[in-house]
Amino acid sequence: MSDARANILARLRAAARPVVGDTEPDAPPVPELSQADKIAQLKQRMETMHAEVIVTDRRQWLATLKEVLRKRQLNGLLYGPQTAVGAALAADWDSDLPPLVGYEQSVEDCKERLFSIDAGITSTQGGLADVGALILWPTADEPRLMSLAPPLHIAVLEADKIHESLASAMRRERWAEGMPTNALLISGPSKTADIELVLTFGVHGPKELVVLVLDG
Amino acid sequence: MTEIAVDFPKNFKKALGDGQLRRNLRAAMDTLGLRRRTLFSDPELFEQLRARGDAIRQRALRQLPELLERLEQKCTENGIQVHWAETPADANAVFLEIIQRHHATRVIKGKSMVSEEVHLNHFLHERGIEALETDLGEYIIQLEHETPSHIIVPAIHKNRDQIAKLFHEKIPNTPYTEVVEELNAIARQVLREKFFAGEIGVSGVNFAVAETGTLCLVENEGNGRMCTTAPPVHIAIMGIEKVVERLEDVPPLLRLLTGSATGQLITTYFNMISSPRKPGEKDGPKEVHLILLDNGRSKIWADPELRHTLKCIRCGTCLNHCPVYTRLGGHAYGYVYPGPIGSILTPQIEGLKNAGAMATASTFCGACEEVCPVKIPITDILRRLRTESYDKDETPNSVKEHGYKSNATENMTWKGWAFSNATPWINAVSAKLLGLVGPQLPKLPAVGIVKQWSQSRALPSFATKSLHVLAKEKGIADE
Repeated sequence: MSDARANILARLRAAARPVVGDTEPDAPPVPELSQADKIAQLKQRMETMHAEVIVTDRRQWLATLKEVLRKRQLNGLLYGPQTAVGAALAADWDSDLPPLVGYEQSVEDCKERLFSIDAGITSTQGGLADVGALILWPTADEPRLMSLAPPLHIAVLEADKIHESLASAMRRERWAEGMPTNALLISGPSKTADIELVLTFGVHGPKELVVLVLDG
Repeated sequence: MTEIAVDFPKNFKKALGDGQLRRNLRAAMDTLGLRRRTLFSDPELFEQLRARGDAIRQRALRQLPELLERLEQKCTENGIQVHWAETPADANAVFLEIIQRHHATRVIKGKSMVSEEVHLNHFLHERGIEALETDLGEYIIQLEHETPSHIIVPAIHKNRDQIAKLFHEKIPNTPYTEVVEELNAIARQVLREKFFAGEIGVSGVNFAVAETGTLCLVENEGNGRMCTTAPPVHIAIMGIEKVVERLEDVPPLLRLLTGSATGQLITTYFNMISSPRKPGEKDGPKEVHLILLDNGRSKIWADPELRHTLKCIRCGTCLNHCPVYTRLGGHAYGYVYPGPIGSILTPQIEGLKNAGAMATASTFCGACEEVCPVKIPITDILRRLRTESYDKDETPNSVKEHGYKSNATENMTWKGWAFSNATPWINAVSAKLLGLVGPQLPKLPAVGIVKQWSQSRALPSFATKSLHVLAKEKGIADE
């Protein structure tokens, strides 16, 4: 295929190119928001997309999570034992709650479990207020399938990590200097409108997304 | 693509006569248009945003060879294996080699128009490898052995009754149901097992970032994430024009894409892939491949006017707003890319002889240009293709099979017309003659070309006196 490479590049190089100025129009500005406004906007936008967004005091979040879990019949909760969220769960778990299941092996060794467990909980890298979305940078301790395979995804979001927009998140966190294996924006449970444009939630990804926003 | 010349008049007649198809399409296209208008409700902000999108795409195309090399270099550093393909056959050979090397038989696919362009499914099927479409719309049409009729919503030509019947007949042990949620649940059930067992995941690419070597994928269903996360190998394919320079170029384009396509602020998932599984990571493919497909794009790129075709971000909104597409649907066009964008892209890739008629499937109303998020001058390019269809003169950037419509009668007619208009006395005589003969024309029996032309048009009425004569009578100097 090296011929293909050389031929394509040669064709592109052979063509004349217009000389143009360096000035480009800017994108419309995104107004700066207070933290309260960012939380409110993210909540409103994500709820429109059928996510359940619960704003909770950071000292109370575990109790809030347990309420969420007790309302449902779940066969287990997939979690990352090595993360801060995981440590908090393991330290204070009740016997009437769905059992905690750690994602500790490679997918090849636990695929069956990943595809049969009812719920997964992950932390998040941040949120986007303008469109209403979570930022996830999955890690070795919190792998990619945790937010995808289980029908219920619970995400923990620190309120002070909500950005105005994707552009401001990229700029402020200097994404261009080093991208992770996989970065994700998630705005709700999976959905489709492929049949007559009828919006239906719960396709191949989670059917439900619950976001716990840790404030205060 | 297909080698057979497409019979457009026959296709068009068939589509126009299909009441079910037209009802299905009308409802869907109106809804998509309305959703887009609701999202971009402020025309000033929209203009500003698309001026930005246009600038980003133009800058990327201006530096195309450099950006492709940079993308290759960054991807390679990140561990993504980059392959170059001049033709669909090249691309398919890369797919086959990777699939065979892994002794794989179960290929799962996320939605990708470029994979349709190279007819990957057909190619693999002939070699005994089943490639399963996992996007709900693509899954539906694959069951029916059809091709997508729309870039974004591939099964939009079908309604729920037709899909209910299809599922009932084609998926074992499936009861008949017209409830959309239940149809969705059936597909979820079938495909979940496939995600679990998939050995190779295939996807397209919405934007590839040269700066970081990142492949961006936009989707709602989660099947794209499944295909790029669960199997041990991921193969992505993109047209060479899909590269952008910087990561910060992505947010405006993403907004324009989701807003134009479906009126969404953002899709459920925006999936950015920059490397295969790293040591210690527990999931994600161990191998990621990127295929860069040319298939005529470098030739399009060489022409400053035609190059604008390559700015396209495949949102499909020009289809939704086209008075021709919204009445015909995608299949009548006979090629993978339908509607206004298909009508300018396909003839350039396939040549004018087979696909040039697509450029005539336009009313020149300009709606496509008004909504295009990257300001592609679609009508100018359509006009260029129509002109080139008759133009035999070879230039370095002539479109493939230009001049295929050139014929002696028409050339003579136009030469005569030009001559008569440049020669005052002939012009005066012919104007007078037309003034006498013209009004009698509607009374003559319509045959041949006149019949064809007047089938859906009223014949123009000729003035008995030409403008020259009228001016002279009024004493106005007209020379």
